[in-house]
Amino acid sequence: MAEKVLEIRDLHVTFDTPSGPLEAVRGVDLDVSAGELLGVVGESGSGKSVSFLATMGLLPARARVTGSVLLAGEQLIGASAKQMRSVRGRLLSMIFQDPLSALNPVHRIGDQISEMLRSHQNLSARDADKRAVELLDIVGIPQPGDRARQYPHEFSGGMRQRVVIAIAIANNPKVLIADEPTTALDVTVQAQILEVIERVQERFGTAVVLITHDLGVIARVADRVNVMYAGRNVEQGTIESLFDHPSHPYTRGLLASLPRPGKQRLKPITGFPPNMLNPPSGCAFHTRCEYAADICKGEMPPLVGFGDLQTACVRAKELPKSESFV
Amino acid sequence: MSSELLKVTNLVKNFELRVNNGARRKKRIVQAVTNVSFSVDKGQTLGLVGESGSGKTTVGRCILRLIEPTSGSVEFEGHDLSSLKFEEMRALRRKMQIVFQDPFASLDPKMTVGASITEPMVVQGVPGDHSDKVIELLELVGLSADHAQRFPHEFSGGQRQRIGVARALALNPALIVLDEPVSALDVSIQAGVVNLFEDLQSRLGMSYIFIAHDLSVVQHIADRVAVMYLGKIVEIGDQESVYARPTHPYTKALLSAVPLPDPKIERARHRIMLEGDVPSPVNPPSGCRFRTRCWKAQDVCAQEEPMLTVRPSGQMSACHFPES
Ligand SMILES: Nc1ncnc2c1ncn2[C@@H]1O[C@H](COP(=O)(O)OP(=O)(O)OP(=O)(O)O)[C@@H](O)[C@H]1O
Ligand SMILES: Nc1ncnc2c1ncn2[C@@H]1O[C@H](COP(=O)(O)OP(=O)(O)O)[C@@H](O)[C@H]1O
Ligand code: SF4
Ligand code: SF4
Ligand SMILES: [Mg+2]
Ligand SMILES: [Mg+2]
Repeated sequence: MAEKVLEIRDLHVTFDTPSGPLEAVRGVDLDVSAGELLGVVGESGSGKSVSFLATMGLLPARARVTGSVLLAGEQLIGASAKQMRSVRGRLLSMIFQDPLSALNPVHRIGDQISEMLRSHQNLSARDADKRAVELLDIVGIPQPGDRARQYPHEFSGGMRQRVVIAIAIANNPKVLIADEPTTALDVTVQAQILEVIERVQERFGTAVVLITHDLGVIARVADRVNVMYAGRNVEQGTIESLFDHPSHPYTRGLLASLPRPGKQRLKPITGFPPNMLNPPSGCAFHTRCEYAADICKGEMPPLVGFGDLQTACVRAKELPKSESFV
Repeated sequence: MSSELLKVTNLVKNFELRVNNGARRKKRIVQAVTNVSFSVDKGQTLGLVGESGSGKTTVGRCILRLIEPTSGSVEFEGHDLSSLKFEEMRALRRKMQIVFQDPFASLDPKMTVGASITEPMVVQGVPGDHSDKVIELLELVGLSADHAQRFPHEFSGGQRQRIGVARALALNPALIVLDEPVSALDVSIQAGVVNLFEDLQSRLGMSYIFIAHDLSVVQHIADRVAVMYLGKIVEIGDQESVYARPTHPYTKALLSAVPLPDPKIERARHRIMLEGDVPSPVNPPSGCRFRTRCWKAQDVCAQEEPMLTVRPSGQMSACHFPES
């Protein structure tokens, strides 16, 4: 078993909103091991981004965060702003859907990478510039020496996302969190960026957390998957187990709803995602679950080992065997 | 035997772009759609796929005359739309509707759902108070009568998309252009909306132009598929042929780039990696517009534009060296 680099325990995040407190993350437990690619899926509003923004210390001050986040043994919840600045970019990096917002429009690409290098390492300007060009080469930018002298607006969307990855991995962080990094890109460019992320993971042993709504992307690149629903982690396991015999009814529903070749009718999950200002009691999925019973409305089910998956469903053992999606 | 409802011939749409380049102002032409031709039969679904900026939305907007095409013709039920007088155009327009991608932006937040659905009937001067029709339409799209008095913000994305569909159905259209109608929705909700489109079509018999970048959804819903690249159709034909035996290198690369939700298939699969991004439609490459990213490109591809040609598996593609 590889060393755990990121251990999240009982993470809660609450926002104060004009309509009252909104608990976006409601007790998330999650581990990331060295060198693995962990996929995180779940519908819009399920708390994927907020969980990892909390990990990065990037939430606005009015967000209340509790729980424990250990990064290579260091506690990040309650850490000072100074401590978090030292962690971000050195041990932990995050990239987002829109690469332009992560880049400074008035600085050359090469300078932005050098600056990231020099803010965490004791490097001469010349060495940093040299390393910046190497990093552009690693993420697949052609003519990296020339491109380093250009500005973000001279790059296409896919090329910008490569640059953002180069900045994120400049100091060889232990964990790279990628939040929907290909959602805004075309599918042929998405394929390129996924390849860059896999290359980084293999070459530097970086652990990657890939947040996406696309189960096809998960199937392509992830080693393990975490499925989120209503601010909780409802199922996790290896990619093979999860697609072969998903246990949680929400995971089953999600996989069954996807169009696959052939003309069989699609199977939506009935109902609508919960309102997080007032989430359903107990298992929040009970309002949409075909197996829901009274017991489901009582307490929030914890993750329990179930075969080679961990599943948060009180009825997991009684449910009929799921169809396989491989 | 189905018959032709819509025929688009050599459709061209250029946008004029004024760019401020320091002191000099330059005029540039965006070639959004170039010589696009296709037809749609009654009761059929044509899927229109291609990457962002390939011209899909522009084609849809030209068909509905939401924008004036630069040249080319659009025939609907045998009438050339550009030759019609205002009143005739108005009568035909009600038979063609569009549903947009963003269920949040496409409804007026200050109007009740009932008023939004009624609006097209009022604009078209359909007599009556329409309240029975609104209830009928709401139920048709899987909502209920009491939703009519509520406002868009009270509905989820999937429900708003259903309201948009109810509005589009109000005038009993023969053709609906669905522009990325499920892209903004979560997959579990998307499935229900796709089923709705299929049910409505089998009950009411209208045709769809289904625009999407999600190739799996298009494979599911379309009878025929047209693949666009930089403003042109590069391949068009029956859904089965295009997906099973793509003959244009771009179609092949596009299909191989789509991630499929099955780890066994994904890991065994050979993928064609295209280099770079789509070039600018301001200065598209000469000859074959795909040549700057095509692994099969030869000199002739830069000199001669390939024409759409029928291939052995039935579809047409525009390539000097088609895949077999
Ligand atoms: N009003 C306009 N003025 C200038 N250029 C335009 C205008 N509308 C569209 N274009 C350009 O025309 C080309 C095709 O646009 P269109 O929106 O039709 O493509 P699309 O394939 O539907 O893209 P997407 O998937 O991103 O919506 C693009 O290069 C776009 O920037
Ligand atoms: N800054 C904020 N203030 C108030 N609520 C927020 C804020 N950011 C996120 N939320 C809420 O937190 C929930 C989870 O959001 P998010 O983690 O962004 O979802 P996902 O990334 O899975 O789409 C949502 O209900 C969202 O509206
Ligand atoms: S706990 Fe109950 S409602 Fe929740 S997923 Fe399991 S069976 Fe369904
Ligand atoms: S015409 Fe040439 S460049 Fe274009 S797709 Fe065919 S082989 Fe490639
Ligand atoms: Mg998010
Ligand atoms: Mg569009």
